Amino acid sequence: MAHGPAKGLTRWLYTTNHKDIGSMYLWFSFAMFFLGGIFALVIRAELFEPGLQIVQPEFFNQMTTMHGLVMVFGAVMPAFVGLANWMVPMMIGAPDMALPRMNNLSFWILPFAFAMLASTLFMEGGGPNFGWTFYAPLSTTYAPPSVTFFIFAIHIMGASSIMGAINIIATILNMRAPGMTLMKMPLFVWTWLITAYLLIAVMPVLAGAVTMMLMDIHFGTSFFDAAGGGDPVLFQHVFWFFGHPEVYIMILPAFGVVSAIIPTFARKPLFGYSSMVYATAAIAILSFMVWAHHMFTVGLPFIGEWVFMIATMAIAVPTGVKVFNWVTTMYKGALTFETPMLFSIAFVILFTIGGFSGLMLAIAPADFQYHDTYFVVAHFHYVLVPGAIFSITAAVYYWLPKWCGRMYDEVLGKTHFWLAFIGLNLTFFPMHFSGLAGMPRRIPDYNPLFANWNMLSSVGAFLFGAAQVLFLYIVIRAIVSGRKATDQVWEGAHGLEWTVPSPAPYHTFTTPPKVD
Amino acid sequence: MLGKSKRLLVLPLYAVLSAGLPALAWASEWPLNMTEGVTSISRQVHGLHMQIFWWCVAIGVVVFGVMFYTMFVHRKSRGVKPAHFHENVALELTWTIIPILILVAMAVPATKTLVHIYDTEDADLDILITGYQWKWKYEYLDENGDNISFFSLLSTPRSQIENAEAKSPEYLLEVDEPVYIPIGKKVRFLVTAADVIHSWWVPALAVKRDAIPGYIHEAWTKVEQPGVFRGQCTELCGKDHGFMPVVVHAVEQAEFDAWLEGKREKARQIAEAVKQTLTFQELYDQGEAVYQKNCAACHQPDGKGIPGTFPAIIRSPIATGPVAGHINRVVNGGAGMPPFGEQLTPVEIAAVVTFQRNAFGNNMGDQIQPIDVVNFKQGQ
Repeated sequence: MAHGPAKGLTRWLYTTNHKDIGSMYLWFSFAMFFLGGIFALVIRAELFEPGLQIVQPEFFNQMTTMHGLVMVFGAVMPAFVGLANWMVPMMIGAPDMALPRMNNLSFWILPFAFAMLASTLFMEGGGPNFGWTFYAPLSTTYAPPSVTFFIFAIHIMGASSIMGAINIIATILNMRAPGMTLMKMPLFVWTWLITAYLLIAVMPVLAGAVTMMLMDIHFGTSFFDAAGGGDPVLFQHVFWFFGHPEVYIMILPAFGVVSAIIPTFARKPLFGYSSMVYATAAIAILSFMVWAHHMFTVGLPFIGEWVFMIATMAIAVPTGVKVFNWVTTMYKGALTFETPMLFSIAFVILFTIGGFSGLMLAIAPADFQYHDTYFVVAHFHYVLVPGAIFSITAAVYYWLPKWCGRMYDEVLGKTHFWLAFIGLNLTFFPMHFSGLAGMPRRIPDYNPLFANWNMLSSVGAFLFGAAQVLFLYIVIRAIVSGRKATDQVWEGAHGLEWTVPSPAPYHTFTTPPKVD
Repeated sequence: MLGKSKRLLVLPLYAVLSAGLPALAWASEWPLNMTEGVTSISRQVHGLHMQIFWWCVAIGVVVFGVMFYTMFVHRKSRGVKPAHFHENVALELTWTIIPILILVAMAVPATKTLVHIYDTEDADLDILITGYQWKWKYEYLDENGDNISFFSLLSTPRSQIENAEAKSPEYLLEVDEPVYIPIGKKVRFLVTAADVIHSWWVPALAVKRDAIPGYIHEAWTKVEQPGVFRGQCTELCGKDHGFMPVVVHAVEQAEFDAWLEGKREKARQIAEAVKQTLTFQELYDQGEAVYQKNCAACHQPDGKGIPGTFPAIIRSPIATGPVAGHINRVVNGGAGMPPFGEQLTPVEIAAVVTFQRNAFGNNMGDQIQPIDVVNFKQGQ
């Protein structure tokens, strides 16, 4: 009955195995992380000093746009889907994902989408240059011809995300082992269940937005063209109705990862499990009611401005609950500080700092000063880099021994952590200051007043980039020649995934485990 | 307070870095915080900013304090045995309710400031601001219909941007025609755009309004003392988004009136100038200056354009085609190019069209007079 994987390239092309597909998602997102990182380093190199040195403004705009798109859709989202593929079936005691063929398809359309997106950089007129938020009419009437390829790439990415989300929901709701009730599921499974519903709700909205753009560009409609009776602000409402839940799509699974790692290394159960579940659901629901806080300066009427300000401030409450729960989980535990724990602790601290600046941005009158400055860039990088990226990194260190059966080098892992931690703060903390001093975002050149902070940011960015090359080396070294891992791997680890051998066999839980 | 304490932290870092990186020493500025600004709105906003900042610091001290305490004390290496508690209803209620109270305490002053910002009634002066790729147009609305309008463009020389020359302190924050406002008067800004979305921001006034085609949004200010206040476009608007600054001169009423009268006088002179006939060389020379200031950003100083984005002037079907078509494109724009009929005077349009038809090897040999442009506009 039990059989191993097929041999050669066809194993990866035809596979329906959740572990193979999870690995492909993770390697793909790792590749995109480096691609998006190179774009970021082009930006930081140009901004190292005032004046135009390395790239011209039109290419600079392509870099900011592609950096955002590749990191959001290529690095963070596929990485979390990869983690879900690997871990969700093993955490709930299922033999595989519920819809394995769709799983294969949802992965394999992604490389085509990103190949198409990246190819726009070589087209006449250049790639998308209107920011990852692609506000119309800059992205329609005034866009380069390659925008059509961008639209199609977004459609494919959306289809992939929706299929992935359906698969995750179907798996979690139907394939849990006997006794695994909803309120016994690991928090990573819970956060992914909620994230998957967010994806199904908002990816079609994004598809609608880009389809309307396509119509405006090629078929003479005027959805977003004021001259034809359309409305450029409508674009922003539609985009952010997708965009705000999207930022939670990138952070809720991170909450799940950290909620698995902190109890392990505190050797103490997660504090407030049920309040964690409710807080996640509350954040997800609120995420649909706050989109216009990205649009405080577009001239909303007073009452609109006020309602969105209050709703946005309210998000601080469930988010605060989560942070307090993690800290209390650590309190009176028996802490050790292996690499996954270091990344998780940094997550809690730095994500909270990003939350603080988020709270400041929620204050609509103050947002008139912060909006579209580097203060915003600092804010969302503090929630996305130490938030999404650090949690993914922590997850890789935490589960890698289970995936490949070998340990990573702890000294190198900690070196990676400290390089990344210093690099990240050196890159993004100064952006708070340059933003408050008045530096707008998305500019290729700036007044000398902002020069020192920008130079620090650029130095930090290259340090952070170098740290990620080390990460790649650590992962490859672990896979090739790491010390053998035990089945339990971590002393304080709990959960079904630790009951199977390391490396996890090609097929796990072909007979469902009993959960009491 | 914040400025000083943070600066003390930064100084040693600065010393180390400026020793290692000599380039850092050339601008010794480390701005840390939002400025208070010069209006009642900007001071209220600054107050809100500091208030929420200190709340965040206080929460951070408590949360991170507990966290660092536990990281130092509750270590396995110190022989600690883990506790097993995982619930405490009273604690969980406390940390739900306290943040709600803090948020209410913040929401009240924030709402008051918001009401203040939205009170655009009873203005003494209305200025219509229109964003273009990549310049601002200001129009002073007059009850008698005697409106004054002009465009405001970046005046930083190309040589500074390309690092051929030292950068001035106002680098990228200087314009050829600043917008003047009288102090002590409520000035209402009506903000819109002609092509893509822009955003008009002056930090010292705490005014930031998106300029959106099809909308006219309102904002207001009342500056208390004279001064020059600088800002930038803050919504990505294409290639030269980083190169369309805002400069506001706030002056005494008498000085403002004199400036406005000067603008009216200049408008009368432009109307007169249309009647003159210029020599080919006069047209060509003036046209070159107009081209470098208004056209070179897209079509490039050498007229080669940027393939796929901005067409070349060299052998362009328009610049080497019928004169009427050429004037039409400059006056009315088209194919992604903005119209220049309002921004440039008839003399300037005649000059730049003449220049484009005879420069970069186009050699059409014809010349266009201001009256041709006026006739074209009237014929529309």
